[in-house]
Amino acid sequence: MGYTLNFAAVWRDIDLLWAGLAMGLLLALASIVVGAVLGLLLSFVLISKSRARPLAAAYVSVFRNTPLLVLVLFTYFALPQLGIRLGKIESFVATLSLYAGAYLAEVFRGALLSVPAGLSEAGLSLGLRPWQTRLLIVVPVMLRTALPSLSSTFISLFKDTSLAAAIAVPELTYYARKINNESFRVIEVWLVASLFYVATCVLLAMLLRLFERRLALPK
Amino acid sequence: MNAAQTFFEVLWGARMAQLGGLATTVLVSLLAVLAGTLLGVVVGLVLSYLRGPLNWLVRLYVDFIRGTPVLVLILASFYVLGTVGWKLNALQAGVLALAIFCSSHVGEIVRGALGAVPRGQTEAARTLGLSIPLTFALILLPQAARIALPAWVNTAAEIVKASTLLSIVGVAELLLATQEVIARSFMGLPFYVFAGAVYFAVNFAIERLGKALERRLATDTTQ
Repeated sequence: MGYTLNFAAVWRDIDLLWAGLAMGLLLALASIVVGAVLGLLLSFVLISKSRARPLAAAYVSVFRNTPLLVLVLFTYFALPQLGIRLGKIESFVATLSLYAGAYLAEVFRGALLSVPAGLSEAGLSLGLRPWQTRLLIVVPVMLRTALPSLSSTFISLFKDTSLAAAIAVPELTYYARKINNESFRVIEVWLVASLFYVATCVLLAMLLRLFERRLALPK
Repeated sequence: MNAAQTFFEVLWGARMAQLGGLATTVLVSLLAVLAGTLLGVVVGLVLSYLRGPLNWLVRLYVDFIRGTPVLVLILASFYVLGTVGWKLNALQAGVLALAIFCSSHVGEIVRGALGAVPRGQTEAARTLGLSIPLTFALILLPQAARIALPAWVNTAAEIVKASTLLSIVGVAELLLATQEVIARSFMGLPFYVFAGAVYFAVNFAIERLGKALERRLATDTTQ
């Protein structure tokens, strides 16, 4: 034993951890934006009677039941064999967006079903086209119902960005491992790194809850 | 090495390694879910019934674990435990990290399920003269277990997915076994698809099982 805590090595490289944290947040943000658009499209297919419905359901099922790490490695290492060559960051964002799309499709599907049918009927009878009714009337109401799930999806996506370290995207876990391997201040590094994650998650949860409260549907 | 080997020939050649990897994945997941559930039930009970410092401590534990990515838990467990003199190999450290991750989720599930059993149930049982332990064992627990089951199955599927992260610390589970084949054969595309398909099959089966259980239990409670 005889291990004495010494935060000097971590402190010296704290800027790297901050940069890694910012990278993680950016990755999560980009993925939730793309994922939300994808999830929205999928959710409308999921509640429709169109022939594409089983396809959308299969998409959701495949992405929800395959480990994210396998998807990340597949996109980065296997897709180039098909001629699809993406950089590390683009590749990770693409994967996480497709993954988020599958989760959000389910979230939005549930929320869409809770929007009263009278709203779209009202929109249609006012002379709006079906797509206008959806985009201008149904989606805003649906989003307010889906907001709590949307926030928790964002927080778990932020935690999932740690997997980007597996393809050497310089985010928080990547830098923590780097400092770990260079300084051997094992306990300090992982303590600080997990505190970074926990604090960010708690802060995000608080911020998003404020946001939700402002946007909540009036009872 | 024969340059013209097909995917199936390579797969056949690596069948023992792949099966071993799958066995490790299943073993790791089972151990983690088992240990995590036992610990998680204790966590859930403390969160539900105890007040004071122990409750705060467990609350802190749950929030801390849930706010940390699984990969960080695994890396921390892998690097830190050796440093403080607890000699664990990569597999043991990985199982420990997954079990801790599982326990925080199960703890929340148990707390939620116990809270969801209507208060009248306890009151009725107590009025009928059942002792507190009996009320818990005969009235609360069966109903809470029924409520918790679907979410618990979901957690089990999460653990199978999270077990892939052990490949990063060098546990030869299915993903690492696959990566080793890819490194030798340069057949990234078919082998990643293959590994993905195996994981999909396992998780899809778990998901179906969960849905079936949910349906059965839902019809039962309406009686």
